[in-house]
Amino acid sequence: MLTCQQVTELVTRYLEGQMEWRQRVAFRCHLAVCPHCRRYVRQMRVTIATLGKLPEEPPPPQVRKALLEHYRAWSGKGVREFE
Amino acid sequence: MRTLGETAWLGSDSDQELVQRLLRRDEAAFARLVDTYHFRLLRLALPLVGSRSVAEETVQDTWLAILDGLAGFEGRCSLKTWMFHILLNRARSRAAKEGRSLPFSALGPAEEAPVEEPGRFTAAGMWAVPPSPWGVESPEALVLRGEAMECIEEVLARLPANQRAVVTLRDVEGLEAEEVRELLQLSESNQRVLLHRGRAKLRRALEERFGEAR
Repeated sequence: MLTCQQVTELVTRYLEGQMEWRQRVAFRCHLAVCPHCRRYVRQMRVTIATLGKLPEEPPPPQVRKALLEHYRAWSGKGVREFE
Repeated sequence: MRTLGETAWLGSDSDQELVQRLLRRDEAAFARLVDTYHFRLLRLALPLVGSRSVAEETVQDTWLAILDGLAGFEGRCSLKTWMFHILLNRARSRAAKEGRSLPFSALGPAEEAPVEEPGRFTAAGMWAVPPSPWGVESPEALVLRGEAMECIEEVLARLPANQRAVVTLRDVEGLEAEEVRELLQLSESNQRVLLHRGRAKLRRALEERFGEAR
């Protein structure tokens, strides 16, 4: 039988699908009887899913402008080579 | 001539089509690329190089290298992963010039400690102080609470650089373990250990912020 502490160490291996089947069965059996560890694993999943929803910022206007100018110069160079 | 499709390429067109547009001097496509990826490149550069100003310079270098390498993009990985590869290369050569290496090669002794306080468990390894329920337990509900996102960003920024880079690539950007191992040149087990430790700290921070007294 796994301990709760072992569950907290193995949870990533479990979520990554990197457990051999015996260990996976033991992990699932522990979750079946342990509401605290079920909550722990659920909170890990929620944490991971929330990380995927972090807000993003637009580029600073002066950086955007400079990059677009560089793109123009870069593509202009390409045209000269092409012609 | 502009077509309607050009405003929607991020969701529908393939990377190859996008690359073709960029090579055909489609400025709108490049502007969208910058709008979509500048911040994400910077977010990844921060743990790699250690300071905001160096990260900004590294990302600028990366954009120039992306344009120079564009014609050679073969589509063996996604354009996003390819851009991250270029960023990693820029960060590596920058670090080499400054006589250091990127902070990923080895794990420290701190990475072997238990992820949860041993005091939270009984001598038999069962919970003595179990995880407390959060008022909200869905990602959608957490997103609506701006403080949750702030909390995550703060804790992410304070993670050791190697954990931060792995969590950013895996969970924020959604890359596969294999891609992250290759990008950061990590073994399978080190990638997993860094991911595990980073995620555990983030869960704990949310618990401290949102856990209800039992």
